[in-house]
Amino acid sequence: MTATPLSFVIAAIVAWLVMGGVGLARPHDLRLIGRVLFPAGALVGLAIAVAGGYAIALPSSAVVLPLGLPDLPFHLRLDALSAFFLLLLGGAGAAISLFSAGYFRSSEGTPPGVICFQYHAFLAAMALVLVADDAYLFMVAWESMALASFFLVTTEHRIPEIRRAGFLYLVIAHIGAIAILLCFGVLQGGTGIYTFDSMRAVALTGAWPTAAFFLALGGFGAKAGVLPLHVWLPEAHPAAPSPVSALMSGVMLKTAIYGLLRVVFDLLHAQLWWWGVVALALGLVTALFGVIFAAVQTDMKRLLAYSSIENIGIIVAGIGLALLFKAYDKSLLAAITLTAVLYHSLNHAFFKSLLFLATGSVLHATHERSLGKLGGLIHRMPWVAWLALVGTLAAAGIPPLNGFVSEWLLLQAFLFTPSLPQSFVNMLVPLAAAALVLSAALAAYVMVKFFGVVFLGRPREANLAYAKDAGPFERSALIYLGVGCVLLGVLPVNVIALIEPVHRMLIGGAGSQPIADNWLLLAPLSADRSSYSPLIVFAVIVGVVLLTMRIVHRLYHGRVRFAPAWDCGFALQTPRMQDTAEGFGQPIRQIFEPFFRIERHLPSPFDSEPRYSVKADDRFWRALYLPVARGADWLARLTGLLQQGRISIYLTYSFLTLLALLFFVR
Amino acid sequence: MTIAGIGSQLLQLALALLLAPLLVGWVNQCRAWLQNKRAPPLLLPYFTIRKLFVKDAVVADNASAIFRITPYVVFGAMCCAAAIVPSLATDLPFASAADAIALVGLFALARVFIALAAMDIGTAFGSLGARREMLVGFLAEPALLMVLFTASLISGSTSLPSIVDTLAHRDLAIYPSLAFAGVAFTMVSLAENARIPVDNPATHLELTMIHEAMVLEYSARHLALIEWAAALKLFNYSCIGLALFFPYGIAAAEDGFVALLGAAPVLVAKLAVGGFLLATIETLSAKMRIFRAPEFLGTAFLLAVLAMLVNQMLGS
Repeated sequence: MTATPLSFVIAAIVAWLVMGGVGLARPHDLRLIGRVLFPAGALVGLAIAVAGGYAIALPSSAVVLPLGLPDLPFHLRLDALSAFFLLLLGGAGAAISLFSAGYFRSSEGTPPGVICFQYHAFLAAMALVLVADDAYLFMVAWESMALASFFLVTTEHRIPEIRRAGFLYLVIAHIGAIAILLCFGVLQGGTGIYTFDSMRAVALTGAWPTAAFFLALGGFGAKAGVLPLHVWLPEAHPAAPSPVSALMSGVMLKTAIYGLLRVVFDLLHAQLWWWGVVALALGLVTALFGVIFAAVQTDMKRLLAYSSIENIGIIVAGIGLALLFKAYDKSLLAAITLTAVLYHSLNHAFFKSLLFLATGSVLHATHERSLGKLGGLIHRMPWVAWLALVGTLAAAGIPPLNGFVSEWLLLQAFLFTPSLPQSFVNMLVPLAAAALVLSAALAAYVMVKFFGVVFLGRPREANLAYAKDAGPFERSALIYLGVGCVLLGVLPVNVIALIEPVHRMLIGGAGSQPIADNWLLLAPLSADRSSYSPLIVFAVIVGVVLLTMRIVHRLYHGRVRFAPAWDCGFALQTPRMQDTAEGFGQPIRQIFEPFFRIERHLPSPFDSEPRYSVKADDRFWRALYLPVARGADWLARLTGLLQQGRISIYLTYSFLTLLALLFFVR
Repeated sequence: MTIAGIGSQLLQLALALLLAPLLVGWVNQCRAWLQNKRAPPLLLPYFTIRKLFVKDAVVADNASAIFRITPYVVFGAMCCAAAIVPSLATDLPFASAADAIALVGLFALARVFIALAAMDIGTAFGSLGARREMLVGFLAEPALLMVLFTASLISGSTSLPSIVDTLAHRDLAIYPSLAFAGVAFTMVSLAENARIPVDNPATHLELTMIHEAMVLEYSARHLALIEWAAALKLFNYSCIGLALFFPYGIAAAEDGFVALLGAAPVLVAKLAVGGFLLATIETLSAKMRIFRAPEFLGTAFLLAVLAMLVNQMLGS
């Protein structure tokens, strides 16, 4: 085997597994795990990112490994799409590994060495998903990924809620896996050959492509958190240790996006226009739902989990729009949309990892996840707070950070659609754009709430005064991600140039024009239609800020006096008078009341210890999940009737079966 | 990028910085007349800003650096916005760095920072103001974006100078979509600039204030910058409105420097009329309860979506 990027990636996967194995052999050696294994894992992650970034522009390379079942070897392939997602995995994964080096300590739950093994197995499985070139290896890697992450979610397995959250995650992961398996079953189209090459060549007819599309949407959607299979995210993310939440939200959700792109664009060749409409609608509903629920959360990790649902919704909506364009042969617009989709995936990997890791540092310092008991941490934890501010602004879609660029690109794609032949679709586009901008604007609300309640104001509890800032490993991981967010934001032209081979591979044709005008100016269609240059905007804002400071201090003075807060002259001020998370979310709860199932307990005037509580729940639980669970329970009980525990009855079953068989065979 | 372009860019920015407090003073004066009050001097906002710059800044004990940089960031964002909205000329080199969507992003940047600064001190009013501001923002921002989208669809560009060029030089045709967009835009501007019926710029009544609640803790130069930035915001919104709905008299690239000098009085005249209309609206309407504001802004958002739909329907 020559030294192709693919062999390099395989070596990296093996290295990860070896590190996990070493951790397993020395499960309680915190020094080895924290100082050697996790930092080494981070280096391997960087190496994979470099290999991925390098391989995007190369022609695809394939290899067959003599592993797996006899006659069913593993096919591996590295093409532009896999390479891009490897870049994402390695780039975000490196930071998360670095953070983990300082994060995991001995605790009640799983020993650190075992966590190290599960963690690296998780990374290796995700990398394998990305390079798999046959359905068999894909499913093996996919299931290993689900299992490894399940064990990581249940690290604190002595707590019953966490076990329950893990179980829910596992169930939905398997529902998704079944759908994906069936999807591959449809895709092989009767040939019985499960390599992706053969699937690409098969021409499905009739309703089969549609069946495959919906199975893929459902299966990968379950992993990504698309409605209505999103319920595991807000349960599993708070349960998992923060680096694991970061890895799941930042990277694992993207493997589902990868799978969807692979199946729909590469294997199915994206055929029917109305698939796009379905994906677009589903994505937008998911985005709106996610952001509205994020606004009313009171647990910081649940809030981020719902925000991930929102971002996945935006990505799926983008995929839908790209499908629509592809079906009508608008390859330039499809290329722009796909660029926005891939760019947003990369951005979300960076800013959401940053935010989840910041919550990890907060959790370590305060042992508190509830927003109602935090506050004022910017004074005690300045590094974490300022880096989290970068992530917050990025997630809120504020220029010139990275979240804005991808939304800008997506909106451009929406704006220049009125050229589709279907007038019905043309009518839909303004509505879709409206839903998209509404969820983007709500994201700013959510992010102000997150940052303001956790880091600003005064500490709501006395013990927050002892919170310590993050250690060197955690800090450098946060700095890496923060710098990544800024760079992805101000250098969009370079990132888009990097993505170009991917959409050329998926869309094909000569439609993929150079999206950039020059290295400074981002102009997807032409400079007089729309252009954006974050670097200039950034420089001008910074310049104006510095210049104003200078002029004001020069012309007048820079004197400052410190005094107690004024607050309109109210003398008594306690930290409890600040808005809590419930308070900040109250307008959203009121405006979007039909979305929630609200349980409210109001105190009566005669309570000696008045208590107020409000809980906003997901309606999907009662409307969808509980009936399904009851149905499954009922079916299980029905089959239970067969099981009597007496040998004579089982013999009767065998006898009856035999009789029936004889009758049919006759 | 030409010398003339840079010249018109700088001239426009300077004019915006200079005229913005005057616009606020003019609106206040008109409102006082309409309400049979004695009007404050036209130049009062300048005096206030100067007075505030001279004073010593008083900062709350537990303020973080976010509190202290916010006035500069907000001011910077508003200056950027003033540089890209074509008020005087359409030959703006900086406008190619930020289009209509980025303009809305700049407003969002200012909003997010000012809300965070309001939460920074940890007073009851600060977080109340931040919450209400974000509430107004999350509905007003998409509505403004949809209004700009409608104009972009007509002109086939999201770059503000191109939009103005197209709208100013089209044949005289009636665009029903622009009518809807105009109503939506007016409603959004009232809300975004803390005007009656959504907010009241002249009150410190606890239960009704939004913008004032957020900036309660600011004093001296910080407050001066915030006030100036608020004036610039009003100026920018007025200029967006003028650019989209009355784009006549704005100098184009080929018109030369003389046209630029001619454009300034036209702008002042248009702003004077616009300011008077704003004062009239404020005088004729009553302040709404805060929970009526989402309905008001929701209406604006739906009107803006309708504008885009009408455009699609009639265009196709």
